[in-house]
Amino acid sequence: MEATGAEIVVRCLAEEGVEFVFGYPGGAVLNIYDEIFKQDKFKHVLVRHEQAAVHAADAYARSTGRVGVALVTSGPGATNAVTGIATAYMDSVPIVVVTGQVPTPAIGLDAFQEVDTVGITRPCVKHNFLVKDVKDLAATMKKAFHIAATGRPGPVVVDVPKDITYHATEFEYPATIEMRSYNPVVKGHTGQLKRAVQMLLEAKRPMIYTGGGVVLGDASTQLAELTRLLGFPVTNTLMGLGGYPATDRQNLGMLGMHGTYEANMAMQHCDVLLAVGARFDDRVIGNPAHFAREARSIIHIDVDPSSISKRVKVDVPIVGDVKNVLTEMLALLKQAKEKPDAAALNAWWTQIELWRSKNCLKYNKQSPIIKPQYVVEKLWEVTKGDAFVTSDVGQHQMWAAQYYKFDKPRRWINSGGLGTMGVGLPYAMGVQLAHPDAQVACITGESSIQMNIQELSTCKQYRIPVKVVTLNNRYMGMVRQWQEFFYGSRYAESYMESLPDFVKLAEAYGHVGMRIDKPEDVEAALKEAFSPALKERMVFMDFQTDQTENVFPMVEGGKGLSEMILAEEL
Amino acid sequence: MSRRHIISLLMENEAGALSRVAGLFSARAYNIESLTVAPTEDATMSRMTIVTVGSEDVIEQITKQLNKLVDVIKVMDLTEGRHIERELMLVKVKAVGEGREEMKRTADIFRGRIIDVTDATYTIELTGTGSKLDAFLEAIDPAFIIETVRTGASGIGRGERSLKA
Repeated sequence: MEATGAEIVVRCLAEEGVEFVFGYPGGAVLNIYDEIFKQDKFKHVLVRHEQAAVHAADAYARSTGRVGVALVTSGPGATNAVTGIATAYMDSVPIVVVTGQVPTPAIGLDAFQEVDTVGITRPCVKHNFLVKDVKDLAATMKKAFHIAATGRPGPVVVDVPKDITYHATEFEYPATIEMRSYNPVVKGHTGQLKRAVQMLLEAKRPMIYTGGGVVLGDASTQLAELTRLLGFPVTNTLMGLGGYPATDRQNLGMLGMHGTYEANMAMQHCDVLLAVGARFDDRVIGNPAHFAREARSIIHIDVDPSSISKRVKVDVPIVGDVKNVLTEMLALLKQAKEKPDAAALNAWWTQIELWRSKNCLKYNKQSPIIKPQYVVEKLWEVTKGDAFVTSDVGQHQMWAAQYYKFDKPRRWINSGGLGTMGVGLPYAMGVQLAHPDAQVACITGESSIQMNIQELSTCKQYRIPVKVVTLNNRYMGMVRQWQEFFYGSRYAESYMESLPDFVKLAEAYGHVGMRIDKPEDVEAALKEAFSPALKERMVFMDFQTDQTENVFPMVEGGKGLSEMILAEEL
Repeated sequence: MSRRHIISLLMENEAGALSRVAGLFSARAYNIESLTVAPTEDATMSRMTIVTVGSEDVIEQITKQLNKLVDVIKVMDLTEGRHIERELMLVKVKAVGEGREEMKRTADIFRGRIIDVTDATYTIELTGTGSKLDAFLEAIDPAFIIETVRTGASGIGRGERSLKA
């Protein structure tokens, strides 16, 4: 039986088992929306701005491991979606974004709400398609989901002109798809694996450094087994938090620009480094020349060959799916006659504990003003470390990463690569819809939250009971921090004047608002927000925090990883 | 150390495929000296030849990034092995008086062919490596050159070495 393009889009989404489509209708996608109206296979979530649709789909994907889906119209619908797409691209998140397009005959004629969506999104997608024939539509949708989810995941855009949505053809959803030009390597090279295992067993000062690849590749079980078997220290990047339990002694915490002293020092001074699903980016290793000053052998496992030896030369590259590679590595380690050098490892741990004893994350707990770190610590306690936490971008993001100890993967949802302010609330929506019974907190700042605050309305419509934890210091805190350190305390345009009364604002949207001014009220407010009485309600907590607090440790841009500024040094 | 490389690739002959490659080079600040593309004997595939300059690290990244493009089927750095490089150039030159005979002799030396003639001009066709074409342009008086058009290099491996899907 024949189906129209619009029916085909909807049926493909159903075939893929899509639960939620986050979107916003418009002229070019009206036929698709009409088909959505007639079906009951998936739920459509109407956001208030297309950017939020993509962020919500992205968070759905990050928290579940499944492909997230967004649907927007042509022109401004597509351009509004671009920030969301670029955010997902930088963090390798599998999403499919269906964009409407003007009818095929109108393409290129500067039609109403026309943009070159494929051209605009090309540099920030894993791949994109413009469907020019309804006969190609089903196979294109299949390819889109396949490409988004396999290899190094990423966003795929399918641009569907309006005439395609009413043209009809026989519908058959392909069960599998073969692409001669796309065959990601999944299995690690055996010879390289053997070399790597030998190197690990001979290490005197080993270090395991893991990134978002462990989380995206669902390899945290294998990582934990390997790390415990070897007895090595491990550090997670911002994107890799939760890949290895934060409360475990072998975890030295996050590394990088705002990483812990012990993680950064161990990273700099190790002799064998096992990098797993991480990409040695500028916020992680600082100045690569400084990093390269210390001699060390590097083993790098990544599904994307182009991530290997991009910023740092490695000795043993292993291209493959991290879960597969770690599983094989474990098997080889268990067979090996040698064991790690216990004496050397002991000495190394002694050194690490010395670094750890600096207690680099300590802060003033006697302050009469609310310290942002304290709010995050209390949030961790109140939620028993078991919440999904989304964040926006800035100081609060770093404090969330440093003080909320993530023991499980896919619990920490933030924009690491692109650093997109405004993701927090739509991220929380996507996570909460995917996990209706879970505790979901959005740690944000008064500046970031305003970038997508219109989504409070979406939360009301769908009764999404997320808890917003605003660390309100009346500044774009991270900008302010850099201005204090590097611009002679000239706080150019970083003060947030004329802030709304967030309590009233939350109430205006039909939610619960709370303002917390004193440290002694922090815990009670959090307990109330997460109490059974407010389980079904969205709660907006406005914590009035210390305006002058800075994030430490800090590696300045261009400096080496071991050249940290610690709080006590100022 | 930066070196000139000739990278050949096979890709799906689809709309937008060229822009993906061109966009990759500009987005990542890689050099393109020349780029040529045309369908192969199998019309579903295009073959592209890119001449670029970069250090070993940069060339490694270029080939990896090209391989990562979903439309790209295969990538080969021709300069890693024995290969043949050819480029076609058409040069329109002034050909008057004594210079007319001299121009023909120079074209002959470079195995160029005169493919269009007027009483005041020759259009010369030359094929060869990029450096041979450069040499020809250096051998004639620049004042005589009216117009130059070059295709950019194409390349193929020597012997059994080939790029197949």
